[in-house]
Amino acid sequence: MEKVLMKGNEALAEAAIRAGCKCFFGYPITPQTELSEYLSKQMPKRGGVFLQAESEVAAINMVLGAAATGTRVMTSSSSPGVSLKSEGISYIAGSDVPALIINVQRGGPGLGGIQPSQADYWQATKGLGHGDFHLIILAPNSVQEVVNLVSKAFELGETYRTPVMLLSDGLLGQMMEPVAFPDIQANEADKSGWAADGTKMARPHHIVNSLYIEANDLEEIVRRRYERYAKIEETETMAECYLTDDAEIVVTAFGATSRIVKSAVNKARAEGIKVGMFRPITLWPFPKKELNTACANAKAVLSVEMSMGQMIDDVKLALNCKLPVSFYGRTGGVIPTPNEVLDEIRKLNGGAQ
Amino acid sequence: MAVVFERPKSLCDVRLHYCAGCTHGIIHRLVCEVIDEMGLEGETVGVCPVGCSVFAYNYFNCDMIEAPHGRAPAVATGVKRAKPELTVFTYQGDGDLAAIGTAETVHAATRSENIVVIFVNNGTYGMTGGQMAPTTLPGQVTTTTPYGRDPKTAGYPVRVCEMLATLTGTSYAVRTAVDTVPHIRETKKAIRKAFEMQKAGKGFSIVEILSTCPSNWGLTPKESIKRLQEECIPYYPLGVYKDIDQEGGERK
Amino acid sequence: MAKMTVIFDRCKGCELCTTACPKHIVAIQHEKRNKEGVFTAYCTDDTACIGCAMCAMMCPDCAIVVEK
Repeated sequence: MEKVLMKGNEALAEAAIRAGCKCFFGYPITPQTELSEYLSKQMPKRGGVFLQAESEVAAINMVLGAAATGTRVMTSSSSPGVSLKSEGISYIAGSDVPALIINVQRGGPGLGGIQPSQADYWQATKGLGHGDFHLIILAPNSVQEVVNLVSKAFELGETYRTPVMLLSDGLLGQMMEPVAFPDIQANEADKSGWAADGTKMARPHHIVNSLYIEANDLEEIVRRRYERYAKIEETETMAECYLTDDAEIVVTAFGATSRIVKSAVNKARAEGIKVGMFRPITLWPFPKKELNTACANAKAVLSVEMSMGQMIDDVKLALNCKLPVSFYGRTGGVIPTPNEVLDEIRKLNGGAQ
Repeated sequence: MAVVFERPKSLCDVRLHYCAGCTHGIIHRLVCEVIDEMGLEGETVGVCPVGCSVFAYNYFNCDMIEAPHGRAPAVATGVKRAKPELTVFTYQGDGDLAAIGTAETVHAATRSENIVVIFVNNGTYGMTGGQMAPTTLPGQVTTTTPYGRDPKTAGYPVRVCEMLATLTGTSYAVRTAVDTVPHIRETKKAIRKAFEMQKAGKGFSIVEILSTCPSNWGLTPKESIKRLQEECIPYYPLGVYKDIDQEGGERK
Repeated sequence: MAKMTVIFDRCKGCELCTTACPKHIVAIQHEKRNKEGVFTAYCTDDTACIGCAMCAMMCPDCAIVVEK
């Protein structure tokens, strides 16, 4: 397959068009802006809709409207903008409509910075809006994987009628890598049972809604949604295990950080340290079984993140306190180096060499 | 004898939850009469607000979407851009449209989104129990302006049609009332024109309808109509504030 | 010959119809409450009804049907 050199953000945009995305609503924010710019150029030429909204809040609600009609739709933003979108994301989840949300993370809190970060892990996996709900969170670690996961993200959203987030970061968004675009069959789910696209006087009216004023009704709706979540947890987890079979130390990392960790693991292996890497690709559902399998021979676990330590909570929960879990991270847009991670691995292996 | 007046088909045959004398019901019916007369029910998608008319999705027999508070114009934009062949309207109250949703309203108008906005202005937050709205009149007592709205601290009311008429993107902005049968007839005519403009691809229309809230005004329905006539209409003059048809279709 | 009929259980007794009638023949009866506990509107003089439907146009609850 022919490869082209592309920036992560632009490759993601191209992959979305090829995956049958028909509408994009967004608002400029660094470091995701190239994604919007690419779509503003391409969508009108390729039968799609690009619209720059007046705010992130408006953009996510335009997504809600388009999604409610059964149209494949996405939005993208970066951390502060995703906070603004959280209202709409909660409504999208509560209305059981599919949509794809991209977060090209940057440092926070507040305006923070514009350098890469993974400090929105908690927000993405646990706090993206009010109420009882989850999003499927996909965390690729290369431009190629970004491309590969976009159509998967749309399909998961439509299969389970849920919003899906692709959690990128400033590193993946801005880096250029050779990428191939696989031929994608845009498999769209049948939406005729719920889409608000006009009754044509041939069916009862459809109501896309998240309001249930009777407590028992709302509980029932939420319970049914959680039955779907249980199925997602059972069948849709994805993870990469790297040299974990005999690993006595397992380093966990997601997204761009995992590539730094992989370098550190290779260096440590060269020193004879039995270390491997576990990389969740789905952050929700968190691949608990896969992590436990990867840690079968482990004596210690190290979580490396571009944050002050967020995924480490899920690592500990998944391992149920069976193993000690330590942490190494940089934050604010600072990227950890392989040597820093190597030092941490050495410490766990009995001290610095 | 033949039936000369009955419920329009696109209004569901259910009891409305509104308080006795609340004029939401009249406005629902007028929108449905227009949808019926234009034969649009099967191709219309309505967007409900948050507020007293949040349950409007149970009353309009076309497809309906419930929007977050104030976001109906953004949701309607998403619907219309995704499926331009649909007829799309929002149904919003004053708190929804002129406070929390001001940005969505103004920018839907600036883009001249080809949608119809039905704006019900009764000067209060009905659903939450009668708090000050952006359109509450100076001096008006509400549960959050217990001494009357003092513009020095609580600001002045928003005149939405006048504001939107200044925008190049607005195609049709009209204010009507539902206090009398003649005014109700005018309101229906305005709603019909707004839907016709959408069908002709002419862009953003808003029909602002002065309405009552007997429960939260603390008045009987009849007294509420009187207050609407004596206090509200003078502050919010009825009439057409913008009509691009009258301007020869040219945008200024 | 015209007739206005109030849908008994839909009427909320708001009296707006009584203000709209040009013949002043719509009023609230005080004999029987509907299932909502409301004394409903009615036509005081069927022979005087002209079928103009102004009562129905003023009704917020689509609780009036007019025949002519």
